[in-house]
Amino acid sequence: MLYVAVATRAFRRYSTYRAATLAGIFTNSVFGIIYSFAYIALWRANPSAGGYDSSDAVTYVWLGQALLMTVALWGGGTTDDLAERVRTGDVAIDLYRPVGLVGWYLAADLGRAAYHFVTRGLAPTVIGVLLFHISLPDSPAAAAGFLLSIPLAVVVSFGLRFLVACTAFWLLDATGARTLSGALAIFFSGMALPLVLFPGWLGTLAESLPWAAMIQVPNDIWLGRHTGADLLGALAFQVMWAAVLLGCCRLVLALATRKVVVQGG
Amino acid sequence: MAEVLHPVARYRDLAWLWIRAEVSYPTSFAMLVVGSMLINALDFVGIAIMFSSIDSLGGFGLREIALLYGATGIGIGVADTLIGSVERIGEFVRTGRLDQMLTKPVPLLVQVCADRFTLRRLGRITQATAVLVWALPVVDWTLSRVLVAAVMVLSASALFFGLFVLFSCVQFWTTDASEFANAFTYGGNTLTQYPLTVFPRELAIALTIVLPIAFVNWYPCLYLLGRSDPFGLPEWLQFCSPLAAAVVVAAALLVWRTGVRRYTSTGS
Repeated sequence: MLYVAVATRAFRRYSTYRAATLAGIFTNSVFGIIYSFAYIALWRANPSAGGYDSSDAVTYVWLGQALLMTVALWGGGTTDDLAERVRTGDVAIDLYRPVGLVGWYLAADLGRAAYHFVTRGLAPTVIGVLLFHISLPDSPAAAAGFLLSIPLAVVVSFGLRFLVACTAFWLLDATGARTLSGALAIFFSGMALPLVLFPGWLGTLAESLPWAAMIQVPNDIWLGRHTGADLLGALAFQVMWAAVLLGCCRLVLALATRKVVVQGG
Repeated sequence: MAEVLHPVARYRDLAWLWIRAEVSYPTSFAMLVVGSMLINALDFVGIAIMFSSIDSLGGFGLREIALLYGATGIGIGVADTLIGSVERIGEFVRTGRLDQMLTKPVPLLVQVCADRFTLRRLGRITQATAVLVWALPVVDWTLSRVLVAAVMVLSASALFFGLFVLFSCVQFWTTDASEFANAFTYGGNTLTQYPLTVFPRELAIALTIVLPIAFVNWYPCLYLLGRSDPFGLPEWLQFCSPLAAAVVVAAALLVWRTGVRRYTSTGS
């Protein structure tokens, strides 16, 4: 199967940078420690803020650090390659391959995400367990739901990043849109602060936007805050945004290829 | 005098080239500036939202935390603007670009710091300044406090500059471990956004004598706020920020020299 082959090679490509992986795990852990102490202080001042207790909050911190690279919250991943290929004109080669551009890059990004999940996802989680005794999923349903929600989170993130990369068809340089999109992702995914702390309408809004599917939803599933039909609802929320965004990707790509003159002779 | 000014003038010339290159994609440039401001604005909004659930964090109110936040934000913003491509020195080693640079009659550190100089980082400095200005009324201002505040901002910038250079030097040994430095630079920035009282005493002491990040804003802010040290550490530490900055910058320059001496070309 072609897409599996693409994903496997992406996995292997990312696994060559061992020192980078170790440095990244170290950095994730330092941030995990800083945020853990900050949240412990916050929940000491208000022991039931957002419906979490102190242990939930610290667990949330470490899961966030674990998912940060897996869902490529800041941007990065294979969509950066696409943006660069649009800028240089190499995308012309991608466009006459007998494979859909979206599927090709999505498969590669899932391969990348799998690598980041088993290294930069697993290591901070273990460190969180050792240093801060973070809680583990207390039911098989929560554990299975969490594992299901990760690929969905990656697809949602991919959809947004692909759209950002597509701005290069019009702007040539996508780094501006990438920075902007990264900022929104950090804030509205619940990475900067759990969305459960957002007050009133801002909280309702944030929890219905696609970014919530990237951090807040998987974390809440791990914490056992979605059970039974509610768990299915949480996963359906992710599926809905994944489908909508992938649809947008195909649409934008069709527009781009019709209108755009590829750079380079 | 000309000897001393030479590197500064070269830095200015090189930086100017990069500014002109940057504005040649105007839409992308505008989005980068707005993006950079937005990242940082949202960053502080996150802290402000925390205060919808609490009245004080580690014994400090929102405006007091804004004071800490503004000072460290300006510090890392200025340093980040000045260091250019220092964070990507490993890439220069790998691609052999460092060889080219070593043949040019401008000090290597000046060349690397001016490389890819970008004005979009002004977004961060502007936002941090706005937060700092909002926090000003929390301080009972006297002449000595104005002086300490001014010295704090300068020392914070120098300290972060030193941290960027110091930890980027790791890349002379392992070229692809650039992210390692982030733990100390951006990590240091995140850590100093909170009062040190949220951390254990051992960590606060380590951040004073081992890696003096507490001098970025914590000690001078204790003086500005007229607070006694919550960990019972000596009051004179509150005036030691310039000393800490000087030590870190000196260490950074020393390690940089060692790294460059150790450097052997990839030969390609």
